[in-house]
Amino acid sequence: MSKFVIAVYVENKYGVLTRVTSMFTRRAFNIDALTVGETESPNYSRITICLSGDGYAREQLVNQLKKQHNVKKVEVLDESTIIKRELMLIKVKNDKETRSDVLSAVDVFRAKVIDYTFNELCIEVTGDPTKIDAFVNIMKPYGILEMCRTGITALERGSETLLNK
Amino acid sequence: MQMTGSDIIVQTLIEQGVTDVFGYPGGQVINIYDSLYKYKDQINHILTAHEQGASHAADGYSRATGKVGVCIATSGPGATNLVTGIATAMLDSIPLVAITGNVPCSLIGKDAFQEIDITGVTLPITKHNYFVNDVNELADIIREAFVIAKSGRPGPVLIDVPKNVQIGKAEYEPKPVAPKAELPKVADDKIAEAVALINQAKKPYIYVGGGAAGLAMGKQVLDFAKKIDACIGCSFMGLSAIPEDEFFLGMQGMHGHYASSMSQNEADLILAVGVRFSDRATGNVSKFATKSKIIQLDPDFSEINKNVLVDVGLVGDVQDSFARIAAACEKSEKPEWLARVRELKAEELAAEKAIAEKQGDALTPKKIMGVINDKKLPRTIIATDVGQHQMWAAQYAKFDMPRRFVSSGGLGTMGFGMGAAMGSYVATGDPVVLITGDGSFGMNLNELATMVSYNIPVVIVLMNNGVLGMVRQWQTLFFGKRYSNTVLSRQTDFVKLAEAFGAKGMRATSEAEFAAAFEKAIKAGCPVVIDAQISKDEFVLPMLPPGGAIDDIIVSVEK
Repeated sequence: MSKFVIAVYVENKYGVLTRVTSMFTRRAFNIDALTVGETESPNYSRITICLSGDGYAREQLVNQLKKQHNVKKVEVLDESTIIKRELMLIKVKNDKETRSDVLSAVDVFRAKVIDYTFNELCIEVTGDPTKIDAFVNIMKPYGILEMCRTGITALERGSETLLNK
Repeated sequence: MQMTGSDIIVQTLIEQGVTDVFGYPGGQVINIYDSLYKYKDQINHILTAHEQGASHAADGYSRATGKVGVCIATSGPGATNLVTGIATAMLDSIPLVAITGNVPCSLIGKDAFQEIDITGVTLPITKHNYFVNDVNELADIIREAFVIAKSGRPGPVLIDVPKNVQIGKAEYEPKPVAPKAELPKVADDKIAEAVALINQAKKPYIYVGGGAAGLAMGKQVLDFAKKIDACIGCSFMGLSAIPEDEFFLGMQGMHGHYASSMSQNEADLILAVGVRFSDRATGNVSKFATKSKIIQLDPDFSEINKNVLVDVGLVGDVQDSFARIAAACEKSEKPEWLARVRELKAEELAAEKAIAEKQGDALTPKKIMGVINDKKLPRTIIATDVGQHQMWAAQYAKFDMPRRFVSSGGLGTMGFGMGAAMGSYVATGDPVVLITGDGSFGMNLNELATMVSYNIPVVIVLMNNGVLGMVRQWQTLFFGKRYSNTVLSRQTDFVKLAEAFGAKGMRATSEAEFAAAFEKAIKAGCPVVIDAQISKDEFVLPMLPPGGAIDDIIVSVEK
């Protein structure tokens, strides 16, 4: 089992995301994360998919994506040449005893406190998913109240773009 | 020219070469039906008894000709009634355009009367679908739907048109028939790889499927088989693609011919032409063709390495790839392989003979199919429903040209036959024989009314055994003869039933009676039901048990 990041350009039309995700359900693909958003072109949206699986699963997923009428481009991103980012918002208990430890961790991880109340600290962390995992682990003993992650978004390094490839 | 959406729909269909559509009117397509009335001298509409019948008719229309079949239904239940027909077309890669009406956009999402999200419902069973919310886009969407339906690997496309779009006006200019997208030609080095494998092979098997069935490749395949001494087998969907010949062993797979399945298993090279290696064809896929290199020709790249890992996958124009391979391969003689194939064929015939001897004078499916083969008119299309009768038809029917076998393979849709037989006739005007069973016939026999009102002279051969035979066969073999809900204690008199619909009905209990009835039926010029009574203990043999491999093949059963 390895992890793959797949970037997909789809037409920016009503129902296209449903088409793509419906295909995942129908073909029983196990998706770890999926993000979707606007791109440099108003005609396209970009979906970033993270998948755990073997080479067979990856090939099937790519083939089935390429078959969709509204899908314009599918690319398995090369882990060694991409920039991956994820954003997390996390609420941690605000406790006199532990506050300074939490704030040092925020400092070290270059995270940001974005809300502060007597009972809670809300922290924003951005970075590679492994960094976010690490931050979550550190926060566990201090009492995580709620958290929410966006899933990965990724671009390849260099001036080449996916649509022009 | 300014036109209403409903006129644009009908005009665009006419423009795209559609001459016949199947459907059923209703509240949200009443405008489309008004336009059909207006242009009735340019486009023929067949009113079916049920929307499901319309969808199967459009499918049969396509299977018999290769043209895109078209069906129309209203919103809500009209649209959901098409679903089984659309799914049937999807699983067998049949080009279809289904047009549904919907409530006006202002009512969408309000759970209005007969509102259903049919694009949502059909998402996983269409090649693509559209919800049209702008009348200005309507004509181009219909054109694009036809291109998608017929290009590459064909399939069904649904267009949902809300009522306000049918009423709204837009500019319409006729355009020429949109051609299908050209398939890419396979690169020379890939062809060379395939040729090298074939030249090394000592036991080649050419495996033909639905992707080749409509391409009129029969002679081409046969000539190549004779050039390299390969035997030929086909998948269920490949039936009628290859003319009768000693090199052609018939269907392989779960209920395939013994010699065809066995020689595929013994082959050292399989040249797969337009097949998708369905589970019914391969059995246990880990034990399928383990001694063989596989070359796969297909228009759909996603079929390469999906069910079976292949050695060479050639994605593109199947007929072109095949012709280039055939031209480049060396001629060779393989007497040992042909002798082995003949030996397997002899074993198959001996097993069939042994079964036939036990049956004595009783009317059997094989005898019924024998009579049909002997007496059917040239160009006859054999349509079927789903079950034992379908497999007997697949095993024994003989065809004189391609696109003569119309049957639901992938989805296995009981109730497919009546609609599909009608559609095949409307498309071709050629003789149509529907082989069905009492279970399947019971599902959509309402279309007998349609056949009578349009005088569609389908000969319906009802293999009547009083049971749901295929499931019962599994119950006999794998469920300790616990016949749960497969024995039909119905008292239907199919002769009277046919007559009540205004068709002809006949009954046959012996081979002679069946032959006489069939001869009368093909000359009758009207729909005829022949109630052919067979034993409930007839089995479809051979059989690969579900999930089994070739070593598990069952060739005879002690009852």
